[in-house]
Amino acid sequence: MTVLDEQTRIVAVCAVGALIPGRGVAALLPDGRQVAIFRTVDDEFYALSNIDPFSRAAVLSRGITGDSDGIPFVASPMLKQRFDLRTGVCLDDESVVIRTYPVEVADGVVHLRP
Amino acid sequence: MTRTLVVVGHGMVGHRLVEALRAEDTGHAWRVVVLAEEPRAAYDRVALTSYVDGWDAGALALPGADYAGDELVELRLGDPVVEIDREARNVVTAAGFTQHYDALVLATGSRPFVPPVPGHDLPGCFVYRTIEDLDAIRETVERVKSAKRGRAAAMVVGGGLLGLEAAKALRDMGLSPHVVEMAPRLMPLQVDEGGGSLLRRLVTELDLTVHTGTSATVIEEDRGRLCAKLTNGTELDLDLIVFSAGVRPRDELAREAGLEVGERGGILVDSSCRTSDSGVYAIGECAAVEGRCYGLVAPGYTMAEVVAAQLLGREAAFPGADLSTKLKLMGVDVASFGDAHAATEGALEVVLADAVSGYYKKLVVSAEEPRTLLGGVLVGDASAYTMLRPLVGSPLPADPAAMLAPEGAGAVGVEALPDEAQICSCNNVTKGAVTGAILSQGCDSVAAIKGCTRAGTTCGSCVPMLSKLLDACGVEQSRAVCEHFAFSRRELFEIVKATRITSFAELIAKHGTGSGCALCKPAVASILATLDTTMGEGGHVLNDEQAALQDTNDHFLANMQRNGTYSVVPRVPGGEITPAKLRVIAEVADEFGLYTKITGAQRIDLFGATVDQLPLIWKRLVDAGLESGHAYGKALRTVKSCVGSTWCRYGVQDSVGMAVELELRYRGLRSPHKLKAGVSGCARECAEARSKDFGVIATEKGWNLYVGGNGGTFPRHAELLVSDVDSESLVRYIDRFLMFYVRTADRLQRTAPWLEELEGGLDHLREVIVDDKLGICEELDAAMAKHVENYADEWRGVLEDPEKLARFTSFVNAPGTPDPTISFRVEREQKVPVLLGVPEVVSR
Ligand code: SRM
Ligand SMILES: Cc1cc2nc3c(=O)[nH]c(=O)nc-3n(C[C@H](O)[C@H](O)[C@H](O)COP(=O)(O)OP(=O)(O)OC[C@H]3O[C@@H](n4cnc5c(N)ncnc54)[C@H](O)[C@@H]3O)c2cc1C
Ligand code: SF4
Ligand code: FES
Repeated sequence: MTVLDEQTRIVAVCAVGALIPGRGVAALLPDGRQVAIFRTVDDEFYALSNIDPFSRAAVLSRGITGDSDGIPFVASPMLKQRFDLRTGVCLDDESVVIRTYPVEVADGVVHLRP
Repeated sequence: MTRTLVVVGHGMVGHRLVEALRAEDTGHAWRVVVLAEEPRAAYDRVALTSYVDGWDAGALALPGADYAGDELVELRLGDPVVEIDREARNVVTAAGFTQHYDALVLATGSRPFVPPVPGHDLPGCFVYRTIEDLDAIRETVERVKSAKRGRAAAMVVGGGLLGLEAAKALRDMGLSPHVVEMAPRLMPLQVDEGGGSLLRRLVTELDLTVHTGTSATVIEEDRGRLCAKLTNGTELDLDLIVFSAGVRPRDELAREAGLEVGERGGILVDSSCRTSDSGVYAIGECAAVEGRCYGLVAPGYTMAEVVAAQLLGREAAFPGADLSTKLKLMGVDVASFGDAHAATEGALEVVLADAVSGYYKKLVVSAEEPRTLLGGVLVGDASAYTMLRPLVGSPLPADPAAMLAPEGAGAVGVEALPDEAQICSCNNVTKGAVTGAILSQGCDSVAAIKGCTRAGTTCGSCVPMLSKLLDACGVEQSRAVCEHFAFSRRELFEIVKATRITSFAELIAKHGTGSGCALCKPAVASILATLDTTMGEGGHVLNDEQAALQDTNDHFLANMQRNGTYSVVPRVPGGEITPAKLRVIAEVADEFGLYTKITGAQRIDLFGATVDQLPLIWKRLVDAGLESGHAYGKALRTVKSCVGSTWCRYGVQDSVGMAVELELRYRGLRSPHKLKAGVSGCARECAEARSKDFGVIATEKGWNLYVGGNGGTFPRHAELLVSDVDSESLVRYIDRFLMFYVRTADRLQRTAPWLEELEGGLDHLREVIVDDKLGICEELDAAMAKHVENYADEWRGVLEDPEKLARFTSFVNAPGTPDPTISFRVEREQKVPVLLGVPEVVSR
């Protein structure tokens, strides 16, 4: 498949109900990449790479979400660094940025654009 | 023109001189050459004993002592000065280096005094002053330990402050130390007879053998060991001897250069620290200021500042020194201040002693009214020291006896202190200077005051006072949990309890801001979990919204490891386990290929399980009668035990039975931090109970209960709360202790720091849970009863609930597929993680 196909394709991931508000889940993309999808208590959805760049373990989906000065974040469960859910910027070390993915919810199903 | 200052000796005082001079010499009047004998830059000698804790010399380093980046300071290490040519104004080092000076400062300190006992120079005899001395002691200790079984013995010659420190260090290295003191009591310079005899009792309980009123007459070599004969006829078989019988000023260089020395040694200087040659100064322990030497660091620092001022053209004089001391030796408080021996004419003594509680307190006051505080001695409980020391020389704000009573010190506020009262004696900072820093320089924390005034940066004993002064100035020291709640954990607990709020969402909407974070969510989850079960609603930590609040470990009821896998720790109450259960653990480990290790707390940890495997593993364990060990939770971990009277020939009670009972009683209790306990069957303490949050030690008559111990980063021995109680009372006091802690401690505050901060300390705790002074015991008892009644195994709860079970998958869109980034390799016949993972960092 071509890169263009990859970018235009939308992947259906799971039912909205599989996500607890304030928590995340991990999804496996067909090419092996892992995405952490979060649902906030205000029912906003975000998706980031699941890999914690500091420990390199695929664990970000298991972190606690929250906000700092209004910025929604997830704190890595490994060593607690926080990442802006909207941009992937690490709030504790701004030189580190992780990849984000567009998410959409349609008909009660969470979709990703890889 | 820049002139040259030569400093001989780079100890704490020499360093302070350079620092003080360089901070103020903005016109570059001086270039400084420091010539040092020791192979390393000045370090914190006062804290030398702590070197034993980690053998990390770096931890003793003084900030800035290498003068990196300062071109006007040259530091030459490991090459002592051997000659001063005063006419030519040159010094010459052992290596033959000659250095000219315009001004010379001698800061050569002192050397340990070794009494001329025959045999004092045999191998195995040491002094205690430098890092190298301790390294040499350690080497011998290790050699002795590896060569023999049983406990090695040591003798410390000298029962003063340093002798006791040396004895502590040796005890920490695992030796049994004997302390031999010529005077009739320990610490003869600082404490009086009453204080000395209590001190002796307290340190004897801590495994020191004390011999007073005697000294060694000869030391002989005896089949590879040392034998010391004392004047009282005692003979000691030893592996090692440390001389710590006082110090002698190092004035040899000055003597040879023809400078005057004091009658009892020391380089004679006037009050401006000048020697008989006006171009040469002496400071620190080597100096005899108007004939008197000072063996503490604070007077040395003052001398350094006096000389720095003069080098910059200002007049300055040494004002005399405060020789107060406060120290904690093996957990025993000792303090002595002002005229401790009531040498002032007509001075009166007020003594309060309680041999049972183990304290001795004495104030020395003036004969005339109003009573002026002249000095005092505190042994066993020196909490009043910070309050009393600054009052020396001032009229007492209350009746002397009231000031000594356990709460008396607390009752007299910092407001009572005059502005000139010295708060930090190490750095000579007054109350006025501290309040000035708070009020006009905007210091709003202890750290800020330290930065502004230096107070609290040396021995640290004045830090509690700094915090009290912040309070007195109306500065709120924030205890807030995080940016979302303006409350401490304790306050949140009270709010949740009073309002019966049962959800985080409601709590943050009514009492907080924003949506929460990784600090407040788990803290509130813990409060809700405690109150849920104690209110009798029988919750589960993963019910509804609570699941979203938990740290990842609690969320998956397992501990996350560095590669994203988890570990599994079944509960093994008291460390007692049947072969059948061991077999199940072994089978499960085999089947799921888990790395297996015995933990430091008498149980078995299985590592390397993926999220999807956790319920499968636990199904097997739960079916075999095992349950969650809460290794992941801020909850009770284990109650460690020794074999006790059932098997051990020394045991006096059934320590295993008690440990099992306690572990089953408190399992699952959610608390501000993890809780650990131990039960030993006799005073030999094989279960290390005193390093636990609560420790129980069997006695002939029952049990002794110790509370507030900690291993970990800041080890602390637990303190005796009650003694010789029966099993029922023991359990009752532990119930109350735990419930009181759970309700009032801060987030992630273990019992040791909690107890240290508790106003009124151990005595207050005893009043609350033994005497029921606050009238809350009934409530605490009921809460614990509810907890015990409502306990249910968390893992069983998950296995029985399909909704909770469904969360244990690696991928929401591919249940059953394990995380492909996880891989293992084999080491010592077991698998261990390979740290692969593709970093997905995008740099800006
Ligand atoms: C497994 C074990 C080491 C071992 O292989 O022996 C261990 C492993 C961890 N310890 Fe420990 N500690 C273990 C016994 C201890 C002990 C010894 C004891 O309990 O008798 C201590 C000192 C005693 C004490 O706590 O006072 C100890 C003091 C700590 C500390 C420092 C606590 C402190 O107050 O300073 C931490 C850090 C913390 O909790 O914040 C810690 C934290 C940890 C964590 C949870 C660190 C982490 O976040 O990953 C480790 C993961 C546990 C796991 O299973 O994945 N561990 N840890 C031991 C498990 C015992 C058990 O059966 O539950
Ligand atoms: C274990 C221990 C615990 C202590 N606890 C306390 C305490 O709690 N409170 C307190 O106030 N004090 C305490 N002290 C005392 C305190 O450490 C000293 O008062 C302080 O270090 C004195 O500093 P100084 O610079 O004068 O001397 P030192 O620190 O002895 O430094 C002198 C330096 O000069 C060097 N030197 C000597 N001769 C020459 C030469 N010819 N050429 C070059 N260099 C030379 C020496 O090698 C040494 O490095 C303790 C001391 C010890 C050993
Ligand atoms: S503490 Fe006492 S009873 Fe327990 S094993 Fe040690 S010696 Fe035996
Ligand atoms: S009294 Fe020692 S640091 Fe303040």
